Amino acid sequence: MINDNLPVRRRTRMAQQWRAFTDSDLLWLFWRSKSTVVAFTCCLVILLCSVTSHWIAPHNVFDTTTFDLMDSELPPSWMSGGDARFWLGTDVQGRDIFSLMLYGLNISLIIGGISVLLSVMLGVALGVLSGYFGGLVDTLIMRFADAMLSIPTIMFTLLVSGVARVVIPKELMGHFAPAILTGAIALTGWMQYARTVRGLTMLEKGREYVMASRISGATHLHIMLRHIVPNVLRPVLVMATLHLSVAILTEATLSFLGVGMPPDQPSLGTLINEGNQYLFSGQWWIVAFPAALLVILSLSFNMLGDWLLDALNPKLR
Amino acid sequence: MVFFVRKLLQACMLLAGVALLSFILFQYLGDPVASMLPESATEVERAALRTSLGLNDPVIVQFGHYITRLLHGNFGISYYNQVSVFQLIMERLPATLELVFVSVVLAMAIGFPLGVWSAISRNKLLKEGVQILSLIGVSLPWFLTGIILIIVFSIWLGWFPSSGRGETVKIGFWSTGLLTASGWHSIVLPALSLGLSMVTIIMRLIRTEMLEVMKSDYVKFARARGIENYRIWFRHALKNALLPVVTVIGLQIGGLIAFAIVIETVFQWPGMGLLLIQSINFVDVPVLSGYLLFTALIFIVINTLVDLLYYLIDPRMRAQ
Repeated sequence: MINDNLPVRRRTRMAQQWRAFTDSDLLWLFWRSKSTVVAFTCCLVILLCSVTSHWIAPHNVFDTTTFDLMDSELPPSWMSGGDARFWLGTDVQGRDIFSLMLYGLNISLIIGGISVLLSVMLGVALGVLSGYFGGLVDTLIMRFADAMLSIPTIMFTLLVSGVARVVIPKELMGHFAPAILTGAIALTGWMQYARTVRGLTMLEKGREYVMASRISGATHLHIMLRHIVPNVLRPVLVMATLHLSVAILTEATLSFLGVGMPPDQPSLGTLINEGNQYLFSGQWWIVAFPAALLVILSLSFNMLGDWLLDALNPKLR
Repeated sequence: MVFFVRKLLQACMLLAGVALLSFILFQYLGDPVASMLPESATEVERAALRTSLGLNDPVIVQFGHYITRLLHGNFGISYYNQVSVFQLIMERLPATLELVFVSVVLAMAIGFPLGVWSAISRNKLLKEGVQILSLIGVSLPWFLTGIILIIVFSIWLGWFPSSGRGETVKIGFWSTGLLTASGWHSIVLPALSLGLSMVTIIMRLIRTEMLEVMKSDYVKFARARGIENYRIWFRHALKNALLPVVTVIGLQIGGLIAFAIVIETVFQWPGMGLLLIQSINFVDVPVLSGYLLFTALIFIVINTLVDLLYYLIDPRMRAQ
């Protein structure tokens, strides 16, 4: 009887939530800010391109047999000497820039996205623990966070990949590169979440419903997971939007420095690094298009994050 | 006095921690025996070298030896360059410090007036301009700023060189590019791209801090006393806005040394950052651990100095 009822109840609850969302002023605020609508559209298009990159890319850039050195360094198709097959031109190996960008975008977004997710998980877990238990646990975690905050992101990630190169043999580096990058970037990003979540947890801990739950015999774990975490997630989501563009730029910077993604699995940063070497010989398109895409990507995520930060904070309105 | 001693003790403990890290990196991650002996060396030769290098001693003794060697300026020999790491870093250090110094001065020279101007002016256009500028500041990766400057000022206009340090003059161990025309010529673009990262930060900070102080009671009181505007802006508001700005500039210098790694790669500036990238690519462990120690030392010195500067700027701290 109850089991039959559940899906229906859930559906009506979802409908209610949806109506609450459409009725709220969030949507109205969104439509009012034209630049946010543009940024949101850019984000959507970029995400779509990234997800479908394997189908919409005109060339397979991972298959070395399809490269032809005769096609190398062709300018974009609308310029003289351009080839209709290669819309945005080709690089020195004769790979299609447009396809490279789509795959690179995918790699950049996956590494950025997973590292933000890991940072959020680590930060929320440590923040809740720190705020809930207080005392020595709190001191240890927060001191550690302070110490991590004082190390610049680029330096930390560079040193981690430096140490990784000492430990892992060169032949295997290609396999491990994405994992090392993701891990290193994730380790530099959790502190902000931990600090915010810690403060919110300390507030939430003193609420009456938590006390009631405690009296009725709920375990600490149950209270943390079911009561506290859902209540501290909203600001975390806003921070994550802004963090995503930071993570993507960090990955791009490392790849640009030649210690990130290897040239056979290029991210946007790797492409810019390769293009940069041909800047002086006049092949501007190898560097310009990936660079433009990277800027649009981070600009639109930043604008969306900024808007969310303002919109969800009633004090700032 | 207690304040000074506590700060110094903290700094020493941090340094010891970093030394331990770099010791672990140096001693356990790279195999010094393999890199010092030819491939054909026998097992007996290896064992002999291990004993003579002290690798069979207890860890505490090894760490003690390591610290003693560090204090004598012996950071090991670079695998790749075959020169002493200390010498290598000393050659590169002036380039990075000069670059950072010039960019901080540049950033302050641009950021201070802009910040004060945007705080006291009621111009709406300016306010929006500042916002757009700071949005671009966070969205544009530093290496791209460098590349764009190279394209515009080096390739199109041909005004400034795109790489290297120009001519340098040696004063003691310090090789400076700030005494030659070509040195100044070369430092413009790298210092500008490094400094721009800080301009937006300084500008926004001064603006918000000054607006905050302008709302305070004592500024109102000063107005009521009939003190002229510019005196209120500069003597009252700006002076009180300085404290957080000094902190942030101090902390940002650490960040600038980190960003210098990127900028040095873009402009092929022969500093510590380029050395680090090289040592990562060639798995040069002694250089890696030497870099770690040196930058940690610089960071700790800067942080301690910032704490002491507080003391000088804010009399309230002295009263405590």
